[in-house]
Amino acid sequence: MNTPVLEVRELSKRFGGINATDRVDLDVHEGEILAVIGPNGAGKTTLIAQLAGMLAPDSGRIRFAGRDITGLPPHARARLGMARSFQITSIFDALSVLDNTLLAVQAHAGHSYRFWRRARRDKKLTEPAMAALQQVGLADKAAANARGLSHGEHRQLEIAMALAGTSKLLLLDEPMAGMGGEESARMVDLLRALKSSKSILLIEHDMDVVFALADRITVMVDGKAIASGAPEEIRADENVRRAYLGVETPGDA
Amino acid sequence: MQLSRPPVRLGVRLLVLLTFAILPGLTAAFDQPFLLDLALRMMILATAAVSLNLILGYGGMISFGHAAYIGIGAYAVGIPAYYGEYSGYVQLPLAIGAGALFALITGFICLRTKGVYFIMITLAFAQMAYFAFVSIEEYGGDDGLVINLRSKFTGVIDMESTHEFYYVVLVFLVGALYLVSRIVNARFGMVIQGAKDNEPRMQSLGFDTFRYRLACYVIAGAMAAAAGWLMGNYNYFFSPEMMSWTHSGELIFMVVLGGAGSLFGPVLGAIVLIILEEVLSGATVYWPLILGAILISVVLFARGGLEGALAMLERRK
Amino acid sequence: MEWVLFVSQLLNGLQLGVLLFLLAAGLTLVFGIMDFVNLAHGSLYMMGAYFCVTLNPLLGSFPLAVLVAVVLTFILGIAVELVVSRHLYQRDHLDQVLATFGLILFFNGAVHLIWGPEGNPIALPEYLNGRFILPAGIEIPTFRVAIIATGLAVAAGLIWLVTMTRMGMLIRAGASNRRMAGALGVDIKKLFTLVFALGAAMAGLAGMMITPITEANIGMGDDILIVAFVVIIIGGIGSIRGAFIAALIVGMIDVMGRSYLDGFMKLFLDNQSAETASPALSAMAIYILMAGILYFRPRGLFPPRHR
Ligand SMILES: Nc1ncnc2c1ncn2[C@@H]1O[C@H](COP(=O)(O)OP(=O)(O)OP(=O)(O)O)[C@@H](O)[C@H]1O
Ligand SMILES: [Mg+2]
Repeated sequence: MNTPVLEVRELSKRFGGINATDRVDLDVHEGEILAVIGPNGAGKTTLIAQLAGMLAPDSGRIRFAGRDITGLPPHARARLGMARSFQITSIFDALSVLDNTLLAVQAHAGHSYRFWRRARRDKKLTEPAMAALQQVGLADKAAANARGLSHGEHRQLEIAMALAGTSKLLLLDEPMAGMGGEESARMVDLLRALKSSKSILLIEHDMDVVFALADRITVMVDGKAIASGAPEEIRADENVRRAYLGVETPGDA
Repeated sequence: MQLSRPPVRLGVRLLVLLTFAILPGLTAAFDQPFLLDLALRMMILATAAVSLNLILGYGGMISFGHAAYIGIGAYAVGIPAYYGEYSGYVQLPLAIGAGALFALITGFICLRTKGVYFIMITLAFAQMAYFAFVSIEEYGGDDGLVINLRSKFTGVIDMESTHEFYYVVLVFLVGALYLVSRIVNARFGMVIQGAKDNEPRMQSLGFDTFRYRLACYVIAGAMAAAAGWLMGNYNYFFSPEMMSWTHSGELIFMVVLGGAGSLFGPVLGAIVLIILEEVLSGATVYWPLILGAILISVVLFARGGLEGALAMLERRK
Repeated sequence: MEWVLFVSQLLNGLQLGVLLFLLAAGLTLVFGIMDFVNLAHGSLYMMGAYFCVTLNPLLGSFPLAVLVAVVLTFILGIAVELVVSRHLYQRDHLDQVLATFGLILFFNGAVHLIWGPEGNPIALPEYLNGRFILPAGIEIPTFRVAIIATGLAVAAGLIWLVTMTRMGMLIRAGASNRRMAGALGVDIKKLFTLVFALGAAMAGLAGMMITPITEANIGMGDDILIVAFVVIIIGGIGSIRGAFIAALIVGMIDVMGRSYLDGFMKLFLDNQSAETASPALSAMAIYILMAGILYFRPRGLFPPRHR
């Protein structure tokens, strides 16, 4: 296999007495979907926050696109080609749906010290932004105010913003949570289609989705990555069955 | 009204600007030079308020030190004049440059902080500038600095002519409005508004929000200093008292009264506040008492400012 | 002789420091607990001074006048909290800043209406108007000592209140975590009113202490309020300990800068430029100090732990 896009080594973060992530190792390779699963409170969101640079790890290294990014601030990582979606929707309430996506495109379209031309009439921004909205099925709401969207639509917008840039790596934190069945199915198709062009780290609770999409799976429990491997290996792994699949979600597995 | 949505706001804007444009003719015809004076003050303070709106209304940076820039701009007229340098080609760039520099240095510190710290620190830095000028006896200290001639643009404009000066001020106001409307709709403005709305998200998208904010803060400072340059010329005098923080408060009030984050709001706010002060102070020496009560009621009961009210009118009809 | 001046400046610095603390304590508590920016805090300082101006001749005793005026300012604080402040806690800082700015205008107008535009002095009784004579020719005005003693006593009392009593525990809980204070089953509204009025009373006291030296003036609180802001920013908003330390530092630096900076600058500048630059620089000293501290510690010296 080729060299990983993202390499995480011994990443640790403590909150008081809790080891939110405990010496986590993982790799995301080019063009693959790595699913990270684990029970509530396992440390998945904390992991993503450290990868994206919003939380500083206590120890450990993160390499991305061939360089060590452990000390970089969030915006510098994003500029290197890392996009993140939030488990708890984080959008621009006061702006329109299109503006939200447009900002995501703009972030990757050179610097923004441009004071004169109207951004909303700039095809270099609006076309990719509309395309991303199309992909998630939100194109008809482009002009609406983001605040007024339904919960499911907020989730779609969140993903559109992650897709809209030219990022190589997507960190998606439970993207389908809160979506209806139809949108969920659409999102699964979408992620599958993206696979060739982007690498994805996907956090997901729905095992059907995980096994439908993931090339590899890493299982986290109590901050530790207890197992990593191909889906069938994970399904067969005794530790995982005991610690997670068997106990937590007997119906799903 | 045939139109389903009468463009009330557009109408008001045009009416206001048109009135300003033809006012010199009217006041000459009716012999009311006092009105011209009032309009000049409105336009100069409106220009400053428009610049404050850029950072406060669009950028969410509640600066409580904007009057300091007016002072910096005015001293950029007064101090060179004190040494015999009257050229507008020196004074105006000096005003803009000094305003930008002060914004750059203080902004570098202020913008590292958030929320109420930001408010208090902008306040403190403005107070620092105020005390600095108060304590320099050379330039008049407490008593202020008399400016015996307005900036000279020999052969181009005669600033000493009331009418020519009036139109210079109008051009600055319209220019400031146009500049802000371009900036906020350009990519830069999108970043500024995004950072106001949700800064962590902007950073995770890849924007170094600190730098964009700083740039915005510097632009607003330079614009306000230009307004200060007008103010110094207008008064033939500048007292450091005019950069005290109560005047910064008035500028904020203009922005909020007119409608923060709406392009034309600050102009309406400046007009209304100045009329209000004029009427109240004519009626009683205790006018601050009434103005204070009005201000409190506006904050407690009216949201969205005058522009918001006009927008509501559009929707209602 | 140098040394006589130095001691007297030291006392001036201390005096400014304790006055600043009296002002800053209320400000920092109100902000720490209610998340409320109160620009009108300086107005309460002014109102305290004017109450005392009226009461002093009426009661014929300065200490008694101070006592009654403090109670009156406390009551005024309650009124302001009930009528204006409490409607603003949930609003954003911009609204708070504007409304309390309106309060300043209101109070300035009200003072003009009631007491007129001129400055109003307070005459001190004999026993406070004298001087202590120390060896080596050092003379200290009695009243200066009284200010410092009162200020330190109030500071000690406040620190005792905040660190040792149940109410103090609630205040600290509130300052670090508002929701927790609510969960403790405190009547939050009453606590807020009480804290606000307490802050008002301390500000008023500061106003009363300064007036015999200066005079009571319209807008007398406007400028010192900003210095109090500098104090709480340096100290860390919400921290009483931070406010105390920062108040003393700021008081000292301001006084010392004004009296010694030009001499110091003459060491490496010619006389002429030193005399021009040093007043400006000493006026700016505390702000430069603030900028320096904030550069390294954006939340001040003693930032509250949670927020
Ligand atoms: N800022 C924080 N301060 C203290 N503890 C935290 C913080 N953030 C997370 N934690 C704790 O760290 C642990 C890991 O939380 P995290 O949100 O990463 O879990 P998760 O795997 O994403 O859970 P979920 O599936 O519910 O999203 C939890 O015990 C949580 O309570
Ligand atoms: Mg999570």
